Amino acid sequence: MISVGHYLAVSAVLFTLGVLGIFINRKNIIVILMAIELILLAVNINLVAFSAALGDLVGQVFSMFVLTVAAGEAAIGLAILVIYFRGRGTIAVDDANRMKG
Amino acid sequence: MIQLFAFYLFATIVIASAAMVIFARNPVHSVMWLILAFFNAAGLMLLAGAEFIAMLLVIVYVGAVAVLFLFVVMMLDIDFAELRAGFVRYLPLGALVAIILAAELVFAVGAWSAGGVDLAARAAPVVADKSNIQQIGELLYTRYIFLFEAAGIVLLVAMIGAIVLTHRKRGGVRTQNISAQNRRRPEEATRLVDPGVGQGMEL
Repeated sequence: MISVGHYLAVSAVLFTLGVLGIFINRKNIIVILMAIELILLAVNINLVAFSAALGDLVGQVFSMFVLTVAAGEAAIGLAILVIYFRGRGTIAVDDANRMKG
Repeated sequence: MIQLFAFYLFATIVIASAAMVIFARNPVHSVMWLILAFFNAAGLMLLAGAEFIAMLLVIVYVGAVAVLFLFVVMMLDIDFAELRAGFVRYLPLGALVAIILAAELVFAVGAWSAGGVDLAARAAPVVADKSNIQQIGELLYTRYIFLFEAAGIVLLVAMIGAIVLTHRKRGGVRTQNISAQNRRRPEEATRLVDPGVGQGMEL
C-alpha cells in the first residue's frame, strides 16, 4: 500500500528538479520563477503527506499559507520582470548589475 | 489496487512534467507542462485525503499563477534562443548540486523512517465524522484566525506592489477632467460682444 514514504519520494524528486531548473536556466528568469513554483509545490506535497499520515490538520492549514506566499511571490516577481524588461529590452539576469551587487 | 495505480500514474506524470518544465525550449511550453504538473499534484493530494488543498491548488495555481505566467511570457517579446546559451555550461554544476540535494533528502527520509524522532502530541487531530473542508474551516477561523488575516495582508501587499510597480503614466494623452468640467460656469465660459460694423471681431 502507499505509505508516506512514497509521497516523500515524489516530493524529494520534485524539489530536486526545481533546484536543478534554477541552475540550468540561469539566464531565463521566467523559468527560474517556474522552478521556484515547483519547489513550493514539492513542499506542499510534503506538508499534505505528513498531515495525512499523522492525522493532524495543521499541515494542511500551513500548506494554504505556503500557497498564499507562492501566489504573492509570483505576482511580485513577474511585475519586477515586466519593469526590468521595459527598461532594458531583455530579461537575461546575468547582466543585471544596476545595483552593483 | 486502484489507489496504487492512481498514485503511480499521478506521481509519474508530475515528475515527468516537472522535468519538461525545466528542460523545455520554449517557456510557453514550460507553462503548459507546469499546469499539467499542478493538476497531477492536486490528484496526489486528493489521494492523501486533502480535498480542500487539492481544489485550492487547481484554483490558485492553475487558475491564477500559471495564467499569470502565460500572460507575461506572451506579452514580452524575448529572444529565447539567446537565453538558453549557457544551458550546457551550467548543466554539470546544476547536476552536482541536484545530486547532493537528492542524497540529503534520501538521507533525511531514511533517518525519519528509522523512527528517530518522537513527535509531540497532535496539534489538531483529524475527526472522522467531519469533512475535510469543515475541519479546516473550523481550524482556520478560530485558532489560526490571525495567521489567516496575515495571509490576507500578504496578498494585499503583493497586489498593491504589483500594481505600483507596473503602472505607468502615459504622457500626451487627452483624458477627460471631470472636476474642471464641473467647475466651469457660464460667466467665464461665454462672453457677449457688440462689434461695430466692418470692424470684425476678436475671438
